[in-house]
Amino acid sequence: MTTHAAAAPGSNYLTNGFSLKSWLLTKDHKRIAILYMISITVFFVLGGLFAFVVRLELLTPAGDLMEADTYNRMFTMHGVVMIFFFLIPSIPAVLGNFLVPIMIGAKDLAFPKINLASWYLYNIAGVITLAAIAMGGVDTGWTFYTPFSTTYANGYVVLTVVGLFINGFSSIFTGLNFIVSIHRMRAPGLTWFRLPLFIWGHYATSLVIMLGTPVIAITLALLAAERALHLGIFDPALGGDPILFQHLFWFYSHPAVYIMILPSMGVISEIISAFTRKKIFGYHFVAFASIAIAILGFLVWGHHLFVSGQSIYAGLVFSVLSMLVGVPSAVKVFNWMATLYQGSISRQTPMLYALGFIGLFTIGGLTGVMLATIGLDVHVHDTYFVVAHFHYIMVGGAIMGYLGGIHFWWPKMTGRLYPNFWSKLSAGLVFVGFNLTFFPQFILGYLGMPRRYWSYPDEMQVLNVLSTAGATILGVGYAMPLFYLLWSLKGGRVADDNPWGAYGLEWETSSPPPTENFLHDPVVTGGPYDYAELERKRG
Amino acid sequence: MFPEAASTFAGEVDTLYFVWIAVSLFFSVLIAAFIIFFFMKYRRREWYQYGNQAEVKTLPLEITWSVIPLIITLAMFAWGAKVFFDLSRPPVDADAYYAVGKQWMWKFQHPEGVREINDLHVPVGRPIQLTMTSEDVIHSFYVPAFRVKKDVLPGRYTTVWFEATQPGRYHLFCAEYCGTEHSRMIGSVYALSPEDYESWLATGVAGPTLQASGEELFEQFACATCHQVGDGASVDATRLARGPALRGLFGTEVALASGRTVTADESYIRQSILNPQADIVAGWQPIMPTFKGQVTAEQVNALVDFIKSLDGEPAGVPGLGEDLREGAVPALQAATDSVDELEGNRPDAG
Ligand code: HEM
Ligand SMILES: [Cu+2]
Repeated sequence: MTTHAAAAPGSNYLTNGFSLKSWLLTKDHKRIAILYMISITVFFVLGGLFAFVVRLELLTPAGDLMEADTYNRMFTMHGVVMIFFFLIPSIPAVLGNFLVPIMIGAKDLAFPKINLASWYLYNIAGVITLAAIAMGGVDTGWTFYTPFSTTYANGYVVLTVVGLFINGFSSIFTGLNFIVSIHRMRAPGLTWFRLPLFIWGHYATSLVIMLGTPVIAITLALLAAERALHLGIFDPALGGDPILFQHLFWFYSHPAVYIMILPSMGVISEIISAFTRKKIFGYHFVAFASIAIAILGFLVWGHHLFVSGQSIYAGLVFSVLSMLVGVPSAVKVFNWMATLYQGSISRQTPMLYALGFIGLFTIGGLTGVMLATIGLDVHVHDTYFVVAHFHYIMVGGAIMGYLGGIHFWWPKMTGRLYPNFWSKLSAGLVFVGFNLTFFPQFILGYLGMPRRYWSYPDEMQVLNVLSTAGATILGVGYAMPLFYLLWSLKGGRVADDNPWGAYGLEWETSSPPPTENFLHDPVVTGGPYDYAELERKRG
Repeated sequence: MFPEAASTFAGEVDTLYFVWIAVSLFFSVLIAAFIIFFFMKYRRREWYQYGNQAEVKTLPLEITWSVIPLIITLAMFAWGAKVFFDLSRPPVDADAYYAVGKQWMWKFQHPEGVREINDLHVPVGRPIQLTMTSEDVIHSFYVPAFRVKKDVLPGRYTTVWFEATQPGRYHLFCAEYCGTEHSRMIGSVYALSPEDYESWLATGVAGPTLQASGEELFEQFACATCHQVGDGASVDATRLARGPALRGLFGTEVALASGRTVTADESYIRQSILNPQADIVAGWQPIMPTFKGQVTAEQVNALVDFIKSLDGEPAGVPGLGEDLREGAVPALQAATDSVDELEGNRPDAG
């Protein structure tokens, strides 16, 4: 499909300069991806520690491990760190940065300096937010509902919000870079419908980022201004409207869910195709569904306000629109399933993650449609049912995709393979631990346990204990890759250019790729996932 | 798996939930079964093995499996909407209770005047409507056994209704995060048989009813110096009035100076007491002082309840309309001292 040649041995993006400066001032999208991976891992570990503290407190019904205020800060910081510093940037900033230019046959992204700036902004934002945490934290919940956050909260609300505001720019820069690159820098012959689904996923995500992030940035700026200057935008004591804040907040934050999940769906499509050696069933539908979900995702925010006192009819409209988003999501699941049929299914670690993703996403999606059923949501709104639902979607969906993607492209990024046994074991632990942690929470929620509770009625203990036990297993599963992947950098088997026998431009360059990605500019002559051609070539 | 079911909706919500669980289980199991089956059957045996690359027609399958979920979804939506209508529309004869949320307690008042904190006693078999507001942040009134929940907002009224079916004691939770003691903002709802409820009322220290305390406050704050509530004996009184008459106001449409029209509901009356300059009734001067800071949320409830109780024809005038209100303006201006004084009445001045 393309003309290419392997890089000369010993010359790739990793070996092209070893000084700290060559990393910190790099404009190479691949190095920036690695820098992001390091920063994001730090935040993931931090967010995970907060989560573990929360689960530990909930082991017993009485709030006996820490003060209520401390607990409130823990779940707030868990949410803030995980959502804004892990889930939203993870796949785009790490895998997207690394792969988008390679998959479209370009030498780099459209704006390499802006790309580097986005990493710095991310870290500056992170340091500001960590400073707020170190000084005592915030207790508003990641949703910052007013007037609690503007008037009553005792914590570093403004400082945290400043951090998130800056972080928004980092997101916008990444989105901008992807959109322009995908439009302008595709290799000759790489038409829209020859693009890998990973690129479609990132394209849809970037649209959401560009349209939504400014709204949250303004909302947070207004919040900070209100808290500092008492303007009276959101606080009814000053003549403002607290529900206005919720509308503005969810107008971004529901679509943000799709920022987390669409790139992950892209990753899953790549993995399933590669590990069945087949074209994705219904490629066009999967591509369009990404765009449809991105657009529809902007029309459903009101399902977070079903019990806020909004009008009955607004509730009904948001209910039906939210439920409709479920349909393209369901069809994507069916498409992946159908791709397995008569495939050549390999049982490597990335595939285990991808199949795990389908399971968790299915449960998360079905419970999402249940929540959108307005008469039912009244009872479970703001209970552990919702907590379970969004973890199945965001954590089960986005993190399975992220880990699957890391395992899939690790040999490309580092030139090394990781140990099979340990990676499969960790994928298994993640799946089992995850379900043990979050499945009981659906039942807890239906029993009526409200979210953000530091103590709870005695009869709810058994399910909470199960959940904490699951979280422990999950923690072990998540921690393991940290060790064996690092180990693989020295001890892993050397990977060849296409260790999985997969189809795609990234597998046609060396592992790791040279700084300019390809030694000869690629020209694309075939469709996506053209395994028939690969098979012919291999004979 | 299921919490206690103790209200008229509980059964309905549970059935909806149960059917959803069945549908979800069906699809999850189906998908899982296919995946596991394919995973076993089409396992890659040799490194160089490829999937079957035959071109397949995907469209018919895709249409089928889009349309089936679509139909199921729309059907479930319709059902959910019906349940929601039932939940949202109180019967007209519901008993009116009031609730005030405050960091971190629930204050209740019965129609008979009894007040309670964190506990709420209600009779079984009677529709109960709670009108709720908050003194500080957003809270949410949640009784899992009744399957009802509604946010409680500062600066607004929301309502929730239920009818308990089983005597018993049930959890009352605050479901909207509201700060340090959020998880302690809990209480109990006691559903009592009608006889038990009567005897419970008898032992309670019944204060004045809301309406009565409202009337008292109306005098105490001298609202009547501007607003007529009399039985309409004299037209002249209205002519001299400095503010609109309040009898018969509740539930009517009010034309505002801004040209908008609003319904005189609880929130409007509350707003008129706390922030009178926000919505000026057409034809009247913005002279009413704010009572913010002078009345508590509960006192506002009492005043609202009192004004609600004033039914009948507006004071004095058969079909008091725009003309008469405009007629009131000259009298009003005579009665008003100076513009400076008006300025002083603005809530944001000083
Ligand atoms: C695609 C990935 C999705 C993610 C990442 C996600 C995430 C979330 C999150 C974070 C919340 C909790 C909001 C809070 O803090 O209160 C939530 C609530 C909700 N989600 Fe999703 N969601 C996803 C998909 C869906 C879908 C497909 C639907 C409907 C078809 C849906 C319907 C709802 C509803 C109705 C709520 C409100 C529930 C409540 O607050 O009571 N979600 N979701
Ligand atoms: Cu509360």
